[in-house]
Amino acid sequence: MIISVASGKGGTGKTTVATNMAVSLGSGVQILDCDVEEPNCHLFLNPEIEKTETVFTPIPEIDESKCTFCGKCVDICRFKAIAILGKTILTFSELCHSCGGCMEVCPENAITEIGRELGVIEKGGANNIDFVHGRLRVGEAMSPPLIKKVRSYIDPDKINIIDAPPGTSCPVIAATKDTNFVLMVTEPTPFGLHDLKLGVEAVKLLGIPCGLVINRSDIGSDDVKKYAKKENLPILMEIPFDRRIAEVYSKGRLVVEEMPEWKENFLKLFSQIEKLAAKE
Amino acid sequence: MRELVILSGKGGTGKTTLTAAFASIIENRILCDADVDAADLHLLMAPDIKQTTDFLGGGIAVINPDKCTQCGICIDLCRFDAIKENFEVDAIECEGCGVCVDFCPEQAIDFPVQTCGQWYISDTRFGPMVHARLGIAEENSGKLVALIRHEAKNLAEEKNLDIMITDGPPGIGCPVIASVGGATAMLIVTEPTVSGSHDMARVADLAAHFKIPAMICVNKFDLNPDQARAIENLAEEKNITVLGRIPFDPAFTESMVQGKTIFEYSENSEASRMIRRIWDEIMASPVMNK
Repeated sequence: MIISVASGKGGTGKTTVATNMAVSLGSGVQILDCDVEEPNCHLFLNPEIEKTETVFTPIPEIDESKCTFCGKCVDICRFKAIAILGKTILTFSELCHSCGGCMEVCPENAITEIGRELGVIEKGGANNIDFVHGRLRVGEAMSPPLIKKVRSYIDPDKINIIDAPPGTSCPVIAATKDTNFVLMVTEPTPFGLHDLKLGVEAVKLLGIPCGLVINRSDIGSDDVKKYAKKENLPILMEIPFDRRIAEVYSKGRLVVEEMPEWKENFLKLFSQIEKLAAKE
Repeated sequence: MRELVILSGKGGTGKTTLTAAFASIIENRILCDADVDAADLHLLMAPDIKQTTDFLGGGIAVINPDKCTQCGICIDLCRFDAIKENFEVDAIECEGCGVCVDFCPEQAIDFPVQTCGQWYISDTRFGPMVHARLGIAEENSGKLVALIRHEAKNLAEEKNLDIMITDGPPGIGCPVIASVGGATAMLIVTEPTVSGSHDMARVADLAAHFKIPAMICVNKFDLNPDQARAIENLAEEKNITVLGRIPFDPAFTESMVQGKTIFEYSENSEASRMIRRIWDEIMASPVMNK
């Protein structure tokens, strides 16, 4: 079982929901933090890292002694990552999407591949649960390949909870595609609702069942609830604004540990997800 | 013309709220919403759209089944596993590299250019605004961000405007990198939480990587004053100018519900006063006056 926790808008509480649900469930759970640009789950789980893996993406290295400057590699590259200036050939490694087209098309076999570091994967355990996250290298633009690498650690025998990045573009799709359920965490504000709608559109495109958690549910307006009703989206949990929760979060602590009465709510949330995912 | 980019790393710290607040207290400004995949600034600015343009991203592979002999070369070459066994292309997985197009012996693969979204030039009650809407699940967000910043700069020069405020996306990846190139300075808006601190540090490292001067302010500082202080100390260690603190105030949400900026909603609140002071500090800072 794979549950992805997404939102559209950032800062609505994805990490809070993902970590607290994971810890409430305990053993047999793996949390995969796919918000590789800004991973935060480790701040709340304090995992002991047992394994670190540096992830690379292949980029071309051109042997100038073999290159005849024919320009075929420049022509095939849709990402403008290779340029010829007179008798010099330049590669712009940060623009390369690792498609391998240049190497394939080169008639002189002058191109081999080296690696560009995307970031690291760290794997470990905390509170009886398995933990994996990716950390994008600062300065690296492309997160989807690293997200896919984090997802390669999915354990089919476990409950896998993915903390997805905000937004609706390719990194979110990489994190939520082919999961069994998308839990959208939102807040009842105009920004929350607007971005929720975009997020729900993305989930529809992927054809994955979806439900909502409304965080800070007593601020803002009723518009999110009206939208949920209209779209037939089940509201699986509401978390009211509570200064104590905000303080627990601010210190990097878990709500279910500091306010144990919440554990039952997160377990209930999971059992609803389980039922809805099984329906599909 | 100077450009201030508002970033945070972590989402939901108040980038858009602050962008709108700044816009409402200054003159001769232009706004650019660079959070193209979850744009929210228009919800406060109520833009009157004057010009809409399609955003053309790259191509995407489409196999013509009448010409395809199912030789399998495309499947072998595709590194993105985008071509299924039935020789249909999974448009979501297709990276748009075109390698299959060039190597198909039957020339059976088309590569139509995709309309990935739209971008707009608008008027608002606080000056012109350039913004965009990236299609759901689309790539090329960085390309669209670079495009609208470029268009906003051109418009600013044409209209002789002094300052551009760019509302940036969360994170540190592709669209963020596209938001900061060539900017005068960045303002990192953070919150007093361990996540806010962690994510601020990553943006600060990004600023150093691309050599963009950075300043920070701590929003909702009174939710955890100790953490706010720790963040300010961390920022100073990283040579980032600490501008000030903004208190938590339910008026931010209330004003948002009404589609107003904080100054339009409660001009004399403590939060408004602090935001005005932060803006003055930004404009007086050496990095904005080079």
